[in-house]
Amino acid sequence: MNELIRLEKVTYRYGREPVLVNVDLSVSAGEFVGVVGPSGSGKTTLLKAIAGRLDPIAGRVVREPGLAVGYVPQVETVNWYFPITVLQAVLMARVNGRVVPWPSKDDLREAERVLERLGLAGLGGRHIRELSGGQQQRVFIARAMLRNPKLLLLDEPTAGVDVRTRHDVMHVIHELHHDGLAVVLTTHDLNGIAAHLPRLVCLNREVIAVGRPREVIRPEVLERTYGAPLEVLSHGGMPVVVEHYPEPAGVEEVEATARVVPLREGHHEHPA
Amino acid sequence: MSTLLEPFDYGFFRHAILVATLAGALCGLIGIYVVLRGMSYIGHGLSHAIFGGAVASYVLGVNVILGAGVWAFVSALMINKVSRRRTIGADAAIGTITTASFAVGLILVSTYRSFVVNFDALLFGNVLGVSQADVWLVAGVGVFAATVVFFGYRQLLFSTFDPEVAEVSGVNTGRADMLLAITLAAILASTMSVLGVTLIAAVLVIPPVTARLLTDSFSRMLWISVGVGTGSGFVGVYLSYYLDWASGPAVVVTSAAVFAVAYLVSSFRRRLPATVVDAHVG
Repeated sequence: MNELIRLEKVTYRYGREPVLVNVDLSVSAGEFVGVVGPSGSGKTTLLKAIAGRLDPIAGRVVREPGLAVGYVPQVETVNWYFPITVLQAVLMARVNGRVVPWPSKDDLREAERVLERLGLAGLGGRHIRELSGGQQQRVFIARAMLRNPKLLLLDEPTAGVDVRTRHDVMHVIHELHHDGLAVVLTTHDLNGIAAHLPRLVCLNREVIAVGRPREVIRPEVLERTYGAPLEVLSHGGMPVVVEHYPEPAGVEEVEATARVVPLREGHHEHPA
Repeated sequence: MSTLLEPFDYGFFRHAILVATLAGALCGLIGIYVVLRGMSYIGHGLSHAIFGGAVASYVLGVNVILGAGVWAFVSALMINKVSRRRTIGADAAIGTITTASFAVGLILVSTYRSFVVNFDALLFGNVLGVSQADVWLVAGVGVFAATVVFFGYRQLLFSTFDPEVAEVSGVNTGRADMLLAITLAAILASTMSVLGVTLIAAVLVIPPVTARLLTDSFSRMLWISVGVGTGSGFVGVYLSYYLDWASGPAVVVTSAAVFAVAYLVSSFRRRLPATVVDAHVG
């Protein structure tokens, strides 16, 4: 497989604070990589580094010449009250190469094709706020796809969504991957998403481990990544991460009790 | 009919109404980006900052409009720089820099009392002071602003909606911000004599906000905003002639009235069943 991008000993800082330290990572054509780690571990920065958005203060980023990258931001960062229709949002991807404000017939045809491909046909004239959670995420995947990328980067594509929407979004991403697209996504969902991906990167400013989920979802790796003990069980050959929360001090057991109060005719008792 | 056209017999009125109409259109155009970037307060701040620039330019013997424009542009860059420090928010940066600049202007006015120029006109707008040169200046700025928005439409839209992804997609967001700051400074400096620095922010904000109430489409919002700005500029100055109001407040009150009507219309549309709205508006 030909390598699309390679990070060699890459270090980034925001101010004095190091965000990524000595990160080595490569992504090849057609790969599907998940990046997991706690909040503030540098996941988004890693995606921006791969996208070419940041210049490292140390190390280097080697890209395939002319590599087209599609970037899907966290939907939580989107201003849903911005006056923009689905089609207008998707056409933003065609920002270069045409100087007049209106889109070309080719741009429109291509945008319609991508919308149809992602199950959004007929929704081009709708405001982005009027869509369901899964459709909203697919709009931004469609915008990234209009750049004809070889590599698709998604920043927590299932953050804050329900199980059905998560399934819907991941189904679309898997389909695009099966069509030959290389995918890198970040996620906090170890059991629902990370455990099902072919390759995982555990990140906490530095790369803690890289490999298949069965190789990296292990208690010692997760403790180094998250700084907290996590138990890993095996279910049908898949690793399942179990979190244990400390019980509140002084409470050993909570017993649920119920009392039936008979109602006398003409007399109603109201619960306190 | 001749009574209605009477004010057009006067050269000063023709100049004033032309400049106010152009100014309304320009503010409606650039105001879209100002409002959608959550920078409404910057228009207010910069309009005050240019007062300091205008007075300082007069004292130094520099062209007042040019000096005010450069001052506004430098203020915009300083606000950008200061607000990047996370400990200081953009609102605090705007409040500090622009009010300080306004204060410098007031100190200069109180120190050099022997001004030939009446700075009240700069503060509140005055149709009597509009010359043929002002008309050409605003027209020139209008051509510049229209060119920037026309050729930078895609970049400005993308960097306004989603600056992070815009940059990944090859948009130079720094250059887009700079271009927007230059255009905004030029519009504020060239229109301050008619609209007044204390009121120009309203002309910058009310048309796009009115347009936003009426549409969910960016391109339509742009046209509606320019239309509301143009109409308010024309009607406002026209009313100011008959009602003997200062031109700036007249334009602002007109656009505020249009906003009130749009607000009522949008509230009424919200209460209608979706199918009725689609049938009549879609």
